[in-house]
Amino acid sequence: MNNFQFFTYLLVLAGSTYLIRVIPFVAIKEKINNKYARSFLYYIPYAVLTAMTLPAALYATSSFISALAGIVVAIILAYRNKSLTVVAIFACLAVYITELFI
Amino acid sequence: MKNYLRGLKAGIPIGLGYLSVSFTFGIAAISYGLNWWQAILVSMTTVTSAGQFAGIGMMAEPGLYWQMLISQITINIRYSFMSISIGQKADEKFKGIYRWLLGFFMTDEIFAVASQEESVKRSFFLGLSTIPYIGWSVGTAIGALLGNILPARIMSALALAIYGMFIAIVVPEMKKAKPVILAVVLAFGFSSMFYYIPLLKKVSSGLSISICAIAAALICAVLFPVSEEESNSDKSSSLDKESENDKEVAANE
Repeated sequence: MNNFQFFTYLLVLAGSTYLIRVIPFVAIKEKINNKYARSFLYYIPYAVLTAMTLPAALYATSSFISALAGIVVAIILAYRNKSLTVVAIFACLAVYITELFI
Repeated sequence: MKNYLRGLKAGIPIGLGYLSVSFTFGIAAISYGLNWWQAILVSMTTVTSAGQFAGIGMMAEPGLYWQMLISQITINIRYSFMSISIGQKADEKFKGIYRWLLGFFMTDEIFAVASQEESVKRSFFLGLSTIPYIGWSVGTAIGALLGNILPARIMSALALAIYGMFIAIVVPEMKKAKPVILAVVLAFGFSSMFYYIPLLKKVSSGLSISICAIAAALICAVLFPVSEEESNSDKSSSLDKESENDKEVAANE
């Protein structure tokens, strides 16, 4: 791949990704008052995060069992309102420890 | 400064998780025929996972510019909804040029953490973006230049960092607001369909996430619309509960 081709591709890739993020951010300044639109925006983070996590997380590590262990540990700690960092670190540790035994 | 530092700290788990994903991206980019500096440049200008992986796949062949544009739009359309959502919570100083500059960092994970803020300050958002951006760039560089230097066990464990963080955001909200449980069940159900049904499996992960999330959030918004106060002031409601507890304690004494 020559440089011209690379930079054209890069422009399309980076440019489109940037504009998709920024245009709605800049364009929609006023408060949205519609009850349903507000509700939609309230639910969207949780829906996005769930769709990204499950079932993908079950297959993210080198074994299903270690992933499951990490997820269960994360859910328990999250249920006890531990911080994001604590939950993330202990989820990783759970995976690491489980994989030592399998 | 205080808000910047608070954001910086909140970005640590994201940066850790990015390290392992971008590391994999660096290795993949080299295997698709990119140079090390090209791989790093892609990560530093784009900052997205699914889009970059799809992008380098196309770069291997010449002349797919329109296909690249269309696939990027479908994979990344979710970011538009995230930007609208954060735009609603951005404080009065977070506008104009700051939105043009900081909107660049709107990734799934940064959005997820920023959405937990009652009012998103630009300094907090910049702090929150700093470590993930470094992690994303450095991880790509390490992957592209050094390949498999991290032991497989560590890579495997790090892969769960981002998901752990997501769980830490979703579960407490499920305790607080029952309709969120429905949103989670629906999103899980839809995404499982895209994961396990052979025909749907062909849909790119970026697009399927958008479809699942939009469908789940729409259903919940129609069935359980939230009132202005609920969607606005999660924190104050939990503070109210605390102060109620205090009152009870005081009464008991």
